[in-house]
Amino acid sequence: MSIDTQLFEGKLIYLAPINHEKDPEVESRWTHDLTLMRSLSRQPAMPLSVAQMKKKYEAIEKEVDESKRVFHFTIRSKEDDRLLGFIRLEGIEWTHGTCSLKIAIGDPVERNKGFGSDALHLIMRFAFSELNLYRLSAVVGDDNQAGLRFFKRHGFVEEVRRRKSLLRDGQTWDLIHLGLLREEWQAIEGEDQHE
Amino acid sequence: MNELLHGKLVHLSAENPDVMARYFSLWYQDTGWVRFLDTDPSRLFSEKMWKEWLEKDLEKETTDEVFFAIRTLESDKLIGFIGFFELFKHHGDTLVAIALGEREYWGKGYGSDAMRIMLQYAFYELNLRRVGLIVFEYNPRAIRSYEKVGFIPEGSVRRVMQRDGKRWDFQYMGILREEWLARQPGDMGARSSTR
Repeated sequence: MSIDTQLFEGKLIYLAPINHEKDPEVESRWTHDLTLMRSLSRQPAMPLSVAQMKKKYEAIEKEVDESKRVFHFTIRSKEDDRLLGFIRLEGIEWTHGTCSLKIAIGDPVERNKGFGSDALHLIMRFAFSELNLYRLSAVVGDDNQAGLRFFKRHGFVEEVRRRKSLLRDGQTWDLIHLGLLREEWQAIEGEDQHE
Repeated sequence: MNELLHGKLVHLSAENPDVMARYFSLWYQDTGWVRFLDTDPSRLFSEKMWKEWLEKDLEKETTDEVFFAIRTLESDKLIGFIGFFELFKHHGDTLVAIALGEREYWGKGYGSDAMRIMLQYAFYELNLRRVGLIVFEYNPRAIRSYEKVGFIPEGSVRRVMQRDGKRWDFQYMGILREEWLARQPGDMGARSSTR
């Protein structure tokens, strides 16, 4: 990796800022998929209107600007610039070099095409090589097996099981914490470069 | 009077901002205490600043936090605090945090007594399904005291904190409603175990 490597450019996708004109309509549609909403938060899942989405984007940019503890990027196709999802680092603790990670590919038909993996690679490199963080965390419910597989496939290690922390559809699920340390990421990246 | 918030050594109470401000300003000068409690770097704030923050809290309509002071039954001395945060009522899950600012009350059962009261409040008043907590790896005395009241280790977030040139884990612990009921003496325990 050279010093003028484009940190936000992947193979299939690139990371870009929010587009306040075009994105609210697209993401408002995604929020009607409550399975997706549940996978992103423990708050009660609910859809957001375009107007609510616009407000949320404003709040996100304000938080990124003021808290200095959040990075939020949209994921867009290199092919035609269409919005595919978002990826964010939150709760950065600069003293300890830690943060947690959230990723979403909004439309189910866009999943399993490598967009998420491409975005994850970019955000890992950004977190470890640009922000100099030491570890990344992800919290995933046991009701989201696809999410668990995704993080484990990319080297995240299961660390904690908060037993029965989720109550959904009359059933309880564990809340699972996964983590990736800098040295673990370096080992994985090294392998990739030998390919 | 209902004795739900009264234990064998302590009782839990609600306090005015000026009272807690006095204690917080004092306790936070004890960096050893802060390092058991908080990942944020130690900082010192005046009583005035604390009071302003706590007064601002009064205006918030929070439903995801509960905060009580811990007072001794013997002399009504204020020795610490205990509270719920990340309380998700719809999942029936919360995290609990406890700290005794007055060091002469450490290791004498005051903290465990307060924790037992708080669990009773969680399971008999809030009707939660579980209570979890985070404890730092370098605080084995706290880990033992949590085990004593029935918390079970649920895993460790690896190397998430850097202090004194070393990296340390967070340990998660949790207790389920049924585990807590089974530990209650007499009638209640018997009833729950025969269910």
